[in-house]
Amino acid sequence: MGKKTLIPIGPYHPLQEEPELFKLFCDGEIVKDIKWETGYNHRSIEKLSESKTYDQVFFLVERICGICSTSHPFAFANAVEEIAGVEITDRAKYIRSFIGELERIHSHLLWVGLAGHFLGYNTVFMWAWKYREPVLDLFEMITGNRNSYAMFRVGGVRRDIENNKIPVIRKILADVKKKTDLLTGAVMDDPVIHARTKGVGILTKQDVIDYAAVGPTARASGVAIDIRKDDPYAAYPLVNWKVITAEEGDVFAKAQVRLLEMYESISIIEQCLSGLEKTKEGDINVVVKEIPEGSGAGRAEAPRGEVFHYVVSDGSNSPARHKIRAPSYVNIATFKKSCIGQTIADATISLAAVDPCYCCTERLAVAYDQKSGRKIWNAKDLIDLSTGKTSELKKNLIQLK
Amino acid sequence: MGFKNFCFKKSLWVFHFGGASCNNCDIEILDCLTPKHDLERFGILLVGSIRHADVLLVNGSINMKDKNRLLEIYNQAPRPILVVAIGACGCTGGLFADSITFAGPVDKIIPVDAYIPGCPPKPEAIIGGIVKLVNKK
Repeated sequence: MGKKTLIPIGPYHPLQEEPELFKLFCDGEIVKDIKWETGYNHRSIEKLSESKTYDQVFFLVERICGICSTSHPFAFANAVEEIAGVEITDRAKYIRSFIGELERIHSHLLWVGLAGHFLGYNTVFMWAWKYREPVLDLFEMITGNRNSYAMFRVGGVRRDIENNKIPVIRKILADVKKKTDLLTGAVMDDPVIHARTKGVGILTKQDVIDYAAVGPTARASGVAIDIRKDDPYAAYPLVNWKVITAEEGDVFAKAQVRLLEMYESISIIEQCLSGLEKTKEGDINVVVKEIPEGSGAGRAEAPRGEVFHYVVSDGSNSPARHKIRAPSYVNIATFKKSCIGQTIADATISLAAVDPCYCCTERLAVAYDQKSGRKIWNAKDLIDLSTGKTSELKKNLIQLK
Repeated sequence: MGFKNFCFKKSLWVFHFGGASCNNCDIEILDCLTPKHDLERFGILLVGSIRHADVLLVNGSINMKDKNRLLEIYNQAPRPILVVAIGACGCTGGLFADSITFAGPVDKIIPVDAYIPGCPPKPEAIIGGIVKLVNKK
């Protein structure tokens, strides 16, 4: 093998809307190895969460990621309600699922657009984003904001969806469905998209299992993993729907899974709306006076996969420990399988295919040391730090004896 | 009409710097360019390099890793350049002002010409802010 050339993508690359750095090590046109560097987005959210009350944490976790800004409050609410042992009302469940599914539609449309943009096919980008607008308008009508909805709280939701709004919502949804038909037809039949995405960035079923990938990335390779079915929460056990899978594992299969999932989402929303009509208006909250001591885990299916929140409560009004794992954190590791051996042009769409969301994924990468200046904490340093702490604790324990 | 006014009279080319953001402002900026708002009809174009840009949009709270890179990008910009801080995080740090990796809001690092608050600001607000800025100059 000849000399390898390093092609950097990022950190502030016009193709990506978020800062992250990919290093493609190439031999001619072929990618031989890939490394990535994140940390440009780190905001120490887990630490901040410990200084906020349970009601405030919802606004914080919503801002982990703007695109899947319901899945994080969803998982956090599931975790806190597990600690408190609260069962929310049916109406609150329907509203939660409604918001979650509407968000999935907007996120998948956004991805289809961005994937078109990554292929250099800007018509798809413009179309998908145009059809996404009615969904955002619907969000604004229901929640008051286009992106961060602030709908969740411990024990229910903040705002009701009045029953007199339901016909309008149905009308907008029918419109969205028509547009989705159009877009799906256009994307699925387009020979250019077929040529660029079929057989590109293949993840086999075994790769997905080895890398523990989640969400549409896993479902496109034939692994039917979906938290809404595996660990049902909110209104998902009350409605009928099916998990969409594909077998090929290439970029086209991922697009297919996402486009077909939008139909499932629309169907879930319609069933939620009928559920809302059956339940009493205004019955959206269970009063939770205090959060007892204990710990709880909450999971939710974000548009990108499983979101996991773990909360430890010490009986006070703010979490003692809050651990978050976002889906992109595991999905990004599959780049090692999907990108290597591809040409550079195909590598970019393979990177985009898992719908990576770096603002969810950030871990502390750089620590500032005032004495010696800037210091990069690599894996070895962190392991040393952690083992050092353990041995110190052990020493103290021995002294106590 | 001064030289600066002359520079900003016609098509504004925009470079977007996303700091430690939650993606909301980023997608709303992209939203401005898509058919509903379609800023490209006014000649406003998102460009790939700061060396081609007239306006630098900065959003997100700036963390320690971003800080020097933002300065570097600002120094590479051809003058005159307009800097717009977008969103609550860009203006003040917002929810993340207490974060341990926070390195100051945008105006502590580079001079800012306009602030567009909101979490996230609507595309209309972003367009309104830029129009105001251009009219003032």
